[in-house]
Amino acid sequence: MKKPQNTNSEFSAWMRRGTPWVWLNAGAVAICIVMVVGLLILLTVRGMSHFWPRDVLQANYAPPTSTGELLTTQLIGEFVESEMVVAGQIASSGIPIDETQDFYERQLLKLGNRDLTGADFTWALSDFVKDVEYPLEVVAMERREWGNFYGFLEAIHQDGVPIAFSGEALDIEANRWFEFNRRLDRALNIRDDIYVIENEEIGLINYAMERLRLRERRLQLDGEESPETTTEIAARRQELNAEYGVLQRKLIALYETVNRDSAIFLAANEQEIEIVFADIVRAYKPNQMGPFSKLLTYFSKLGEFMTAEPREANTEGGIFPAIFGTVMMVMLMSVFVTPFGVVAAVYLREYARQGFVTRAIRIAVNNLAGVPSIVYGVFGLGFFIYIIGAEIDQVFYPEALPAPTFGTPGLLWASLTLALLTVPVVIVATEEGLARIPRSVREGSLALGATKFETLWRVVLPMASPAMMTGLILAVARAAGEVAPLMLVGVVKLAPSLPLDGNYPYLHLEQKFMHLGFHIYDVGFQSPNIEAARPLVFATALLLVIVIASLNLTAVALRNHLREKYKALDV
Amino acid sequence: MSIDVKQPAATQATQSLEAGASVLDMSSNRVVLRRKLRHFYDQSASVAIAIGGVSVILAILLIFMYLFYEVLPLFESATLKRVGEYQIENRSNSSSLHLAIEEQSEIGMRIGDQADVLFFDVSDGETVAFIEIALPAGTIITHFALDTESSGIFALGLDNGEAVVARYSYDTNYVGENNTRTLTPTIDFPFGEQPYALFPESELAELAVRSNGDSMMIAGVDENGGVKLINATKRTNLFSAFDIGGGGADFEIGNYPVDVVAQDVEQMFIGGDQRWLYFISSSGLIRALDLVAAMNGDSDRFGIQSVLTEDGTRPTQVVFLLGGISLLVADDSGAISQWFLSREEGQTRLRKAREFSPGAQPILRMTPEQRRKNFVSVDDEGRLAIYNTTAHRAVFSADITDRVPNLLALSPRGDGLLLETVGGGVGFWEVHNEHPEVSWSVLWDKVWYEGYSEPDYIWQSSASSNEFEPKYSLMPLTFGTLKAAFYAMLLAAPLAICGAIYTGYFMAPAMRRKVKPLIELMEALPTVVLGFLAGLWLAPFVEKNLLGIFSILIVLPLSILAASFAWTQLPRRIRNSLPDGWEAGILMPVILIFSYLSFALAVPIENSFFGGDMRFWISNDLGISYDQRNAMVVGFAMGFAVIPTIFSIAEDAIFTVPKQLTYGSLALGATPWQSLQRVVLPTASPGIFSALMIGMGRAVGETMIVLMATGNTPIMDINIFEGMRTLAANIAVEIPESEVDSTHYRILFLAALVLFMSTFVFNTIAEVVRQRLRTKYSTI
Repeated sequence: MKKPQNTNSEFSAWMRRGTPWVWLNAGAVAICIVMVVGLLILLTVRGMSHFWPRDVLQANYAPPTSTGELLTTQLIGEFVESEMVVAGQIASSGIPIDETQDFYERQLLKLGNRDLTGADFTWALSDFVKDVEYPLEVVAMERREWGNFYGFLEAIHQDGVPIAFSGEALDIEANRWFEFNRRLDRALNIRDDIYVIENEEIGLINYAMERLRLRERRLQLDGEESPETTTEIAARRQELNAEYGVLQRKLIALYETVNRDSAIFLAANEQEIEIVFADIVRAYKPNQMGPFSKLLTYFSKLGEFMTAEPREANTEGGIFPAIFGTVMMVMLMSVFVTPFGVVAAVYLREYARQGFVTRAIRIAVNNLAGVPSIVYGVFGLGFFIYIIGAEIDQVFYPEALPAPTFGTPGLLWASLTLALLTVPVVIVATEEGLARIPRSVREGSLALGATKFETLWRVVLPMASPAMMTGLILAVARAAGEVAPLMLVGVVKLAPSLPLDGNYPYLHLEQKFMHLGFHIYDVGFQSPNIEAARPLVFATALLLVIVIASLNLTAVALRNHLREKYKALDV
Repeated sequence: MSIDVKQPAATQATQSLEAGASVLDMSSNRVVLRRKLRHFYDQSASVAIAIGGVSVILAILLIFMYLFYEVLPLFESATLKRVGEYQIENRSNSSSLHLAIEEQSEIGMRIGDQADVLFFDVSDGETVAFIEIALPAGTIITHFALDTESSGIFALGLDNGEAVVARYSYDTNYVGENNTRTLTPTIDFPFGEQPYALFPESELAELAVRSNGDSMMIAGVDENGGVKLINATKRTNLFSAFDIGGGGADFEIGNYPVDVVAQDVEQMFIGGDQRWLYFISSSGLIRALDLVAAMNGDSDRFGIQSVLTEDGTRPTQVVFLLGGISLLVADDSGAISQWFLSREEGQTRLRKAREFSPGAQPILRMTPEQRRKNFVSVDDEGRLAIYNTTAHRAVFSADITDRVPNLLALSPRGDGLLLETVGGGVGFWEVHNEHPEVSWSVLWDKVWYEGYSEPDYIWQSSASSNEFEPKYSLMPLTFGTLKAAFYAMLLAAPLAICGAIYTGYFMAPAMRRKVKPLIELMEALPTVVLGFLAGLWLAPFVEKNLLGIFSILIVLPLSILAASFAWTQLPRRIRNSLPDGWEAGILMPVILIFSYLSFALAVPIENSFFGGDMRFWISNDLGISYDQRNAMVVGFAMGFAVIPTIFSIAEDAIFTVPKQLTYGSLALGATPWQSLQRVVLPTASPGIFSALMIGMGRAVGETMIVLMATGNTPIMDINIFEGMRTLAANIAVEIPESEVDSTHYRILFLAALVLFMSTFVFNTIAEVVRQRLRTKYSTI
């Protein structure tokens, strides 16, 4: 009976010392850390695994049916995940299963072939999935339309005529695959040419046409129309039309050549389908690939994700315009926010008379950082766009009216709104940096006869520059992750062109743009095929988090470095 | 820096001035100029920086000013401006039946009882057109009934028991080189020129008409109380589609004698949906007849009856409000009341929703506005008032004429008002009435909307129909905002503050250096990512593992305590191998293991107690509705977003408590926990308070998480399993679609202003508290 008593007293001592409370507090920190790290891991795993070419399985699926007859379907696709389901839930969905078994495992399979089956994914009860194998010859394919395709290559047609391959069965298979890839490369090259013509050359002509129309309208408005200008414009228009005709003919020819080849595939359940090479983005035989070639495909997919334009309502392809738009917007914002933030901080710290007013302003500036970002969005929309933008349109772009130029959400207004949103961050950081510079340094400079401005310009500001950098980086990090105000002032789901291109005036401040954060919101919540798009959203989210995390860590490192530096100065 | 080099040289120069070397003279032109230049630079820099600094600060202030500027017009009253007063031509010497204004407020119209229609310029009364409606020979007009002001369809009851249905409208043409707009007034007969025979044998006592585009219904009562309905529907065939003007159009005409006797009918109306026919007696008794039943021949009584007036007052005029749902009843005591059908205790009744009492004088005339739920009334002393029914607000009230008013008309846009006085004088006023539908009570009180069974808080800003009554209660949104913030704080406050206490007071410095950047990183995570995870990953996960989530709330604290006790039971050798302040490190695997266990074990428990599906059990057995994206999910996600904010500030407050206080307490024999409890926490409590305030401010204004992790339904329900719509999310959803400077737009600005003010106030309080705390620390 001695031991329990011992434990008992130990227990009360443990209680008395307050250890449990300390541990509970420690638990809170631990939970926070577990949550953050868990979230980062979740994002990384889901985001990075999307590009890995997974093995494609082939199986027969024969779930019990209410009529008792056995309907076997063939499944060809990628395994996504599996989970345990209560038997009752399955029974209630109409599948007569043995209810004495509590749980059933079911797996989510990505079957692709949306054009044939109508759905990308299917749930299958693992108990009834039979004859699972991984055939070496199965082809996985990404297409421009209808999502992924899984199946077997049967034949290659040129102008509708099959191409014959001779030799032994294995050779034929290899030759056909070789020929397939050769023709796919050809089709992809022609596709590139088509892209250049459609998006760049024709885009250029359209842009020139539009400018011509605006010029004509402008002349009309100003009453400076004359027969010369009219003929000149007409001539130029004719010229452009001719150019357009040439391109159009070229395009038609290219489309004809790109549609020359097609391939016959055998999908699940012996369905035959003809796919034109022009519709294929990438094809590979995952079950034949070793880890190294899978890695190659992985990086090629990752590269496409980072550099290509989106396809299929943003649910496939890359996110390059979103990355570009985010970077452009953030850079423009930095151009606005740095000088203004620094000037305000310098004024507050170095020039304004310290007292109640400066203290109040400081508090107000501090608090502005906590004002909901949507409020800035509302301000940007109402003030910048509907008041200033509309005024600019009246004065400078009357020829384009009633179509607004600046009186509609766009890059400039988005950057300005975010500049306003982040200016408190820069002010606070710069002020902190200025405050840290020891008085002695300033006094030294002044004592040597430098004026106040010279002291500021040559001594104080250079010393405070890391602090300004910190502020700017934090501002950029905040701006890059902000979505709510941008939804009101310039971000769109799909922008027709980048805000920076080869058309005069090169930087199009009035254009709408795409943004990583909004891309996540849009694809994750507004897209029709969310299941298929989800991995892509995870990848986008991961990218955004990486960008913002690295910006923040840089800022933290800079700040620590700065502190060390001034510690040394103080001594 | 060149001046620094020169100065010693200059000193030398002064010394050797005797020698006559004046090259480096301090007062030489070059140096003086340079000094002046430097001074000038310095001065101008000061000015420039001051201007720049002040303007940045002003720009920030501008946000507040601008929001205010956009919101202010909401609460402005209406204004009237007299444009003209004149006599209009009266060729037939008739007395007026009806007065109206055309869309652009340019042309006015008067219908007289000699079937004469005069169109005149509203600004000076000049005649624009004069049209006489052809009546059957030898008849005179005895009754006039109007469908609605906006359709322009009216019926003229004749003394032979027939009724002519006509319409006034305006053809717009653009003529000439400058495309000048010209309006041509016309009178046409969309339902045929042929009179409708209501009572061939008896005299018409009252008449009502109602149309909705292609069909029209006339109701009549004769002197004996007999009721008759005529329904005319345009026959839609290929040919009638080309037949504009209605002259030769084909109609399907139905005659429905109704088997009721309606005595003492002074006024009669058909409801906007052509479902109810209202009879109003001279004493204020209203009876409603179900027309659908009556036309099927199976109704012989009035299902609904009410008395519209009290204390023996008599109704002077009754009109329909826009939409044909509400009846406005004016009486001779000067009161106006709004009535509509709504359900009460399972029965449809005609109920009085609200009353307006502009004064003691009998109301002579009322007219509803054609696009908004406004109406204008004028009493017998010429006092005119403009009301909005939803807002229960008089936006204008003043004496505008000395004469006795006769007829009243409002332009379709509500920007012009015509008043005819007895004797034929007509006045025209421009009305400026932008936002009548907003009042304090609309925004923050329960409002009894048309057709609802009781007053309620509702946010419903737009609908497809023009006749829709907008419901702008900010209460559901504010409630949703606070609900989301509450559940977020429920998770965030304990975790963040406990974590801050541990990190700021107990944690080993080496670990603290790693934990702090991690929490800062957590703060920087874009909320759109959190919202996306909450909506697409967490919400289904929670739905599937409800029991696991609940059990984790109990299991985790217990397991932490158990781990703590177990740790003390370990041999001292092992315990000493871990320095103080690393408890959190040990706990991480414990938390992971127990979280996993509670999810894994929840499955069999759920299976045996809740039939395998707790969500189903909650909604079926408990009767609590469950949305997948609910307050709990928002609480987790937004809690996650708020934790770092609270954590950083609270940790800062605790960590910066002067060390000598703690040392003193420890030296006096207190345990670390005791010194924390009695010394550190009381000292740091203002800082913790301000941390909570700032955290709350962030939770209130967060947009993306709530936008993505809730269903965005504006309901008022504290239920954790249901969603909400917050002010911020509402702005994000609705403002891109709202029309600039409309009431809706300005109300969204008001919502933004409310958000701005509330977070600003929260943050200012927090900031002031923190600053005082800082000064306190520095004095200790």
